[in-house]
Amino acid sequence: MTTSTGVEELPIRTGDDVVRVRQLVRARAQEVRLSLVDQTKLVTAASELARNTLVHGGSGTATVETLSRDGRSGIRAVFADEGPGIPDVDQALTPGWTSGSGLGLGLSGARKLVDEFAIDTAVGRGTTVTVVKWTR
Amino acid sequence: MTQADGGRVRALLRSGDKVLRRWVEAAEEPLRGRLTTGELGRTCSDLLSVLVEATDGGLDVRTDAYAGARGFLTELSRDWARRGFSPTETASAVFALKDALFAAADEDGDGDLATVLEASRWVDALGLVTFESFARAREQVISEQAEQLLELTTPVVKLWEGVVAVPLIGTLDSARTQIVMEKLLQTLVDTGSEHAIIDITGVPAVDTEVAQHLLKTVVAARLMGAECTISGIRPQIAQTIVTLGIEFGDITTKSTLADALLHAMRGTGVEVVRRAGSR
Repeated sequence: MTTSTGVEELPIRTGDDVVRVRQLVRARAQEVRLSLVDQTKLVTAASELARNTLVHGGSGTATVETLSRDGRSGIRAVFADEGPGIPDVDQALTPGWTSGSGLGLGLSGARKLVDEFAIDTAVGRGTTVTVVKWTR
Repeated sequence: MTQADGGRVRALLRSGDKVLRRWVEAAEEPLRGRLTTGELGRTCSDLLSVLVEATDGGLDVRTDAYAGARGFLTELSRDWARRGFSPTETASAVFALKDALFAAADEDGDGDLATVLEASRWVDALGLVTFESFARAREQVISEQAEQLLELTTPVVKLWEGVVAVPLIGTLDSARTQIVMEKLLQTLVDTGSEHAIIDITGVPAVDTEVAQHLLKTVVAARLMGAECTISGIRPQIAQTIVTLGIEFGDITTKSTLADALLHAMRGTGVEVVRRAGSR
């Protein structure tokens, strides 16, 4: 059974908010003693997703919570926006494909950096990306 | 309730010296004698005449009629803040006008609820102007500091003849990258250097945006004929970059600044040798 504690929500409206989300995720990851590599991976994934929320969604929120299951701890981060949504999720998840001027590795890379990855999107309704990273 | 045109509040304000006297009395108390009665009296008197004039335009403090009054309050807030008054003390002095207005309304027998409410709202809005200007002044200081920090954290240092380095610390966003790039390229020209080292030991996370900024800087330096090395890639950053799928291509990367310096020195034909007999 998974239990969740310490839900915290941050708005994502400016580039500074992305930094704030990153700092919150890092602080939480340190709290549950994720290894340094896993911390960095999760923080980097959060950074990518928060920026996607800002750049593609216009603005949105990041919700971070601490999970606990069978003696393991984890961090769940949910990035939600009410932007245009993603028309083709498979294409968006292809490494190197970009809708803007980026490297096109953000979304696909974020998926590889975390343990659990879920994306819920529909054109015109917005996008919600949920990621979880567990302690080893 | 009818839309306030401020008629009764205006009448109360003009009801003579009593309002001013009561206001000064009420305002004096929270300031605890840190301002002389004479000075406070002059300030209140000046403010009162500005306000009387402004109320001709109604009670909405956001309108143009209140431009002068808002300017007065902003100046007052700044002046008092400089003299060590807290924003609460400044606002309290303005809020004290309520006491005077309520007392005046009471005496005139015009103290109905609508007038009191109207006067109260109006004075609240005035008090908030002082608060807002205080917060604005603070915000200005903060944004100035942020800008200074931006400049401060991106020095370009000369490590050796023909070798310059930028030790990056903290978040690398577009604005920072722009400054770093400009400074680095200018320093390359000024010092006639052929080697540039970008050290990212102090960058907590390298995501695709940071990587893209780094790549751009390196390419720009190369266009100017300089060889660019990225150093300070820690193990966790290296693993994350690999997982993300970012490729640095043929850009030279080193794990420490020392390695990068050695590499650059070798590139310029300098060989570091240990003297025989010394350890």
